[in-house]
Amino acid sequence: MYGYSGKILHVDLTNRKTHVERKPEEWYKIYIGGVSMASRLCWENIEVGCDPLSPGNPICIANGMFAGTPVPVGGKYGIASKSPLTGFIGDSLSSSWFSVALKRAGWDAIVVHGASNDWVYVFIDDDRVEFRDASHLVGRSAYETEEAIREELNDDQVRSAVIGPAGEKLVRMASVTNDSRQAGRTGHGAVWGSKKLKAISVRGTHGVRVADPEMLLKLCYDITQTAQGPYTQKYRILGTMANVLNLNRLGILPTRNYQQGVFEYAELISGEYLHEHYHVKTIACAQCPIACEQMSRVKDGPYAGAMTGIDYEPLYAVASNCGVGDLRAGIKTVDICDRGGMDAMSTGVTISWAMETFERGIFKKEDFKCSKYPDGFEPYFGNADAVVTLAEMIRDREGIGDLLAEGSKRASARVDAEKGTETWKWAMHIKGLECPGYDARGLKTFALGLAVGTRGACHNRTAAYDPDIQGEVDRFSVDETRGRLAKDTEEYAAVYDTLPLCKFIRRCFTGKADRAGAWPSIAKLINATTGWDFDYDAVDLIGERAHTIKKAFNIREGWTRADDHLPWRWMHEPMKEGASAGHVVTEEELEYMKDLYYEAKGWTKDGLIPKEKLIALGMDDVAEEIGV
Amino acid sequence: MPTSTSKYRYVANDPTKCVGCQFCEYICSYTKTGEFNTYRSRIRTVRAEEILITSITCRTCEDAPCVIACPRDALSQDPVTGIIHVDASRCDGCAWCVEACDFGAISINPETKLAEICDQCEDLEDGPQCVKWCPKEALSLTTPDQRAQRARRKLAVEEVIGPR
Repeated sequence: MYGYSGKILHVDLTNRKTHVERKPEEWYKIYIGGVSMASRLCWENIEVGCDPLSPGNPICIANGMFAGTPVPVGGKYGIASKSPLTGFIGDSLSSSWFSVALKRAGWDAIVVHGASNDWVYVFIDDDRVEFRDASHLVGRSAYETEEAIREELNDDQVRSAVIGPAGEKLVRMASVTNDSRQAGRTGHGAVWGSKKLKAISVRGTHGVRVADPEMLLKLCYDITQTAQGPYTQKYRILGTMANVLNLNRLGILPTRNYQQGVFEYAELISGEYLHEHYHVKTIACAQCPIACEQMSRVKDGPYAGAMTGIDYEPLYAVASNCGVGDLRAGIKTVDICDRGGMDAMSTGVTISWAMETFERGIFKKEDFKCSKYPDGFEPYFGNADAVVTLAEMIRDREGIGDLLAEGSKRASARVDAEKGTETWKWAMHIKGLECPGYDARGLKTFALGLAVGTRGACHNRTAAYDPDIQGEVDRFSVDETRGRLAKDTEEYAAVYDTLPLCKFIRRCFTGKADRAGAWPSIAKLINATTGWDFDYDAVDLIGERAHTIKKAFNIREGWTRADDHLPWRWMHEPMKEGASAGHVVTEEELEYMKDLYYEAKGWTKDGLIPKEKLIALGMDDVAEEIGV
Repeated sequence: MPTSTSKYRYVANDPTKCVGCQFCEYICSYTKTGEFNTYRSRIRTVRAEEILITSITCRTCEDAPCVIACPRDALSQDPVTGIIHVDASRCDGCAWCVEACDFGAISINPETKLAEICDQCEDLEDGPQCVKWCPKEALSLTTPDQRAQRARRKLAVEEVIGPR
């Protein structure tokens, strides 16, 4: 096989043993890599029904066929476990050298089982595996940990995926970090922390071979050149931060815990403002010719010195969504999250829930006592230092941070149980995962895409905002096309997440990002890498299979139709102002769209998957277990 | 700061343009070995700080210290191009050249036990493949003096017209 080694490494932390699993080539052709292969490995290796923070929940890391080759933006890996936030599949992606090192070490995937009694890190040195003491790394930030391991192993090409202090403390929104990039969402860091696994470090010294290198180089050279042109301009110049002003104009920039879709200080937190005042350097992930990460530094004020890469999604969550119109505080908060090893999106949206709960008089000043403010503080919307401080308190589980570290779903449930309140009505999550930076009341196809998302409220797993924002459909109403659109856009995204390729390259094949524009070129890349014979249909099937295995996982863990929901606010409180004013997604609209969606997927009205559907996808064993 | 004070061309990196994608290393290792492997690349990217990224390869020093250091006279310098050539029949991988190089631009191949140094792809018509592939045009085949000329011109423009 080219593109793969055919070997999967199983690491048992409980018994400190390893073994190698080999899968047939047919299995690789179905599950491919990235989130699909990682989710499939999770399906195979989990103790069904286990607590996500128990030893029965495996960590499954799957590489892609393109890692370590010159295929642009192909240096990515997928990671899957049962999510501590949702209790369903938690599948994330991260980029860069960790995946490349893993490829060169000769592993297609890693499955980590059990749990260690003492803090440990696993060093994969080509085909040798070592369990190393990590007690001296405990408490150190994600970036420091990566660097300390490189020093300790005396090789600057060792690459590590690590957790920061948040993961150690089982903060449910903790992330896994490698090469300063994050597998950010669904709480993988807490799963690692529950196993006392501080890091997986890899040295891979073998060269990577592909089936047809001359063809692959020719294809890649052209894509690399195209990626310097207009199709990626947004990402190269402003990065994803270009979204701030666009979404504000559409009236869907989440503001003050999604109470508004228009932020009066949007200019001050825009990509344009960031670029002019705080941008210091643009950097790239592994084998990426685009380079979108806008490294930004605070030069003055109380947060001077804070520096990290700023993207739209983390930023909206801690800025407009908390009423903060100062990028210096925004950069500082994201910096705390990145170094502490936690998802800035879920962190910001949980903080905004706490702020609204305070403004409504349910939380009091004295609830916010901490070492920095011994008498407490008042986290009203717009209090920048409250956001910074709460991020630190969540990371450290200090004071009320201990409650917020559970995420908005659990925190609101606990408060409501204690006080008899209804704070859950403004807890902005789906299935326990906090919402992304688009207010779905003004994007109805997207509302469906989010509601049915297998990992909860995620803008990366569904691209259903596209037909809404591009004007292909009326974004304020629903009609019979929405089920098909939600299916098509989520399976489209799943192709990229499975190969995996970064979606920012999607227009660089032919100028058109749709299936007809991209799939034939992607098929050529697959074939030149692996020697397989993939065509348009085979590429398209990658996405449906990836989505199906995740859905099957959720069904086996107890998913029912009622889990495909939206936050109460989006269904009951109309937008107050801006271009989306007056809109909600009604119960009737949502249930209607869910019917359409399940039908488009070929599922039952209850959202379950017929046996014959699974068998047609080559998933006979899955059909046995959950098919109806 | 070591300087090469060289009249010869070498593959220089403009760190204001380099984004650290490492395509140069992929292409170099493929050109030289038929495999993609940054360990076998003769150009190395360096990420010294989060926002300080550049790459290093042979600087074609005049009176090259690596040539002088080699105890077996395996290294020689082309008097026209300044490129360092390794005589495989003499090199025994002792790594004295590695130590002598102020730039960390030489490595020993763990399999062949031979010193490996950038040769600017002198046998290829379209020249250094890393320069050809660099997506950000950060790499160029140039001399220290040419770089200085460019720097002076850039400074002059900035002083008169302002930064671009």
